[in-house]
Amino acid sequence: MAGIPHDHYEPKAAWEKGLAKRLPIVGLLYDTLMIPTPKNLNWMWIWGIVLTFCLALQIITGIVLVMHYTPHVDLAFASVEHIMRNVNGGAMLRYLHMNGASLFFVAVYAHIFRGLYYGSYKAPREITWIIGMLIYLLMMGTAFMGYVLPWGQMSFWGATVITGLFGAIPFIGEALQTWLLGGPAVDNATLNRFFSLHYLLPFVIAGLVIVHIWAFHTTGNNNPTGVEVRRTSKEDAEKDTLPFWPYFVIKDLFALAVILVVFFAIVGFMPNYLGHPDNYIEANPLATPAHIVPEWYFLPFYAILRAFDGDVWVVIIASTLTGGIIDAKFFGVLAMFGAIVVMALVPWLDTSSVRSGRYRPMFKWWFWLFVVNFFVLMWVGAMPAEGIYPYIALIGSTYWFAYFLVILPLLGVIEKPDAQPANIEDDFAAKASKGDAGSASPSAQPAE
Amino acid sequence: MLKKLAASMVAAFALTTGAFAAGGAGHVEDVDFSFDGPFGSFDQNQLQRGLQIYTEICASCHGLQYVPLRTLSDDGGPGLPDDQVRAYAEYYEVFDPEIDDFRTARPSDNFPGSALENAPDLSLMAKARAGFHGPYGLGINQLMKGMGGPEYIVALLSGYTGEEKEEAGAVLYENKAFPGGWIAMAPPLYGDDLEFADGHATDLHHLSEDVAAFLMWTAEPKLMARKQAGFVGVIFLTILSVLLYLTNKRLWAPVKARYKKK
Repeated sequence: MAGIPHDHYEPKAAWEKGLAKRLPIVGLLYDTLMIPTPKNLNWMWIWGIVLTFCLALQIITGIVLVMHYTPHVDLAFASVEHIMRNVNGGAMLRYLHMNGASLFFVAVYAHIFRGLYYGSYKAPREITWIIGMLIYLLMMGTAFMGYVLPWGQMSFWGATVITGLFGAIPFIGEALQTWLLGGPAVDNATLNRFFSLHYLLPFVIAGLVIVHIWAFHTTGNNNPTGVEVRRTSKEDAEKDTLPFWPYFVIKDLFALAVILVVFFAIVGFMPNYLGHPDNYIEANPLATPAHIVPEWYFLPFYAILRAFDGDVWVVIIASTLTGGIIDAKFFGVLAMFGAIVVMALVPWLDTSSVRSGRYRPMFKWWFWLFVVNFFVLMWVGAMPAEGIYPYIALIGSTYWFAYFLVILPLLGVIEKPDAQPANIEDDFAAKASKGDAGSASPSAQPAE
Repeated sequence: MLKKLAASMVAAFALTTGAFAAGGAGHVEDVDFSFDGPFGSFDQNQLQRGLQIYTEICASCHGLQYVPLRTLSDDGGPGLPDDQVRAYAEYYEVFDPEIDDFRTARPSDNFPGSALENAPDLSLMAKARAGFHGPYGLGINQLMKGMGGPEYIVALLSGYTGEEKEEAGAVLYENKAFPGGWIAMAPPLYGDDLEFADGHATDLHHLSEDVAAFLMWTAEPKLMARKQAGFVGVIFLTILSVLLYLTNKRLWAPVKARYKKK
């Protein structure tokens, strides 16, 4: 694997040879675990482990929660309270699952931003990137449907708003929405299918995670320099890499433990910090909450959705050109999904031959502006759509698209990149000679 | 990269989470409850007083349909002895679908629901009305001062101005804490509405605090167990982090030593 020359598993005892001939599972595990990994990976390369942990945590706590949950509009809310009060350890399980979703998204955003900064999406890792985007989409779908299950006010009204987006699609929208909901409005049929899919999708995600790992184990990891591992000989490759076990497993586990300290502090001391109080009121189709706000991890896209109202000139042009088929609502839906599509297409939109942002003086600025913009969108997404907020949302949404569609294609042409190190070993040596190679403590890692 | 990203993430939480607090509610003052903060715990005497206020006053209209009566004897709750819980349960009538009729409640039943149609169930009120303390900023406020729900209940109960008006045949009472300023519930407490066996103060503010604390317990009965689990988790994982840090340092030392300047 990896095209990087390294030692492979050699069965020695007779039974090992016999097993390898019939089922080469030991070799598969060995090669996966001992994969040559660039020495110079920094602390932004730990999120994969965190994400794997989150998926396992969510599946395990979720399976137990399902044993006590009832997917019915009259019983769902009460069954969650039953879990919180009568099930042994139920309150803990539920809070872990609830906040686990937030940890999952913190990790996935950090993971995606790392990929965007260090050019991890560039050839030959486009497929890894695309699979990653699919996982991210499925995560959003799973999280959204999971949030509906407790059947609180935000569950119900969030579901109503989001499924209403499909109703905005011209011609087929209304029929599509009815089909998705299993009826004219969010009701028992909706709750049941969301429950079914919420249970199914995590296993689809698990499958895609295996493909994701398979893909980057084939190409080899990217690293902070973006320079490829030398593959000329096994000796050269070993100068640039170390086996995943034990070097990176221990490093990643250390990072995971630190992150879990914070996670357990939140679960133990303020488990409702990231949730919405209205979800402790049972769903009531007759009472709309004052502000319908999605969970924090959807807010940037919610802001993009709401940014394009009927007064924005692109919306007016689109509406006029299509004879009103694309109205403001549908335009918003297109923009929201488009925001993720352009991100998925970034391997082909970024024209720079240099992979890592570390050696791209102009790119750095635009990248950090993109990160700040992401958080600004998150903030306006939580604000009511009035006053100055729609303008901020519009500027932020425009920058999102400009970053992928204009800035990244242009930068590759006009930017003069800095000199890159000849190989990974040089980069590692430069840091190690300063007394620390960035693996000892996070604070020792120079800010990129 | 890491530091900048961490900084911007922190900043974002500060920005976004502030928004949830903007509920348009009226004036709410912070109250120093015994259960605030990571080290806080319920005051059993206060919960028992709150239970008495709930039983004698709130329960005539409101219910606690999600709260099992037997949990009144739980550790970390009001902690009534079992025989008192049994005696207390007999105070209520509950509907039993098996006999298709009402019968005297047993500790295995939940509290009855609201007696009055328009009176909301109070089981989760302290969590459903949270958000007054933020979550602003990094949640430090919420971490140290609690989620703000009981404070809202105190403010509501002691927030009546004495003004009332009639609207569409219903009397509305002016209340400084209620969103919109006018509430359909008549002032439930005036002070000295009841007497405690231990002679504890019965002025309006003390009564409001006691019943608010009790409703925090009904909303979050496992609060104390949860905080304890939080401490176990944080302490255990901190130790694990230190051990893994040392392991990692030791593991990488020879790799790095090769490149150290001689």
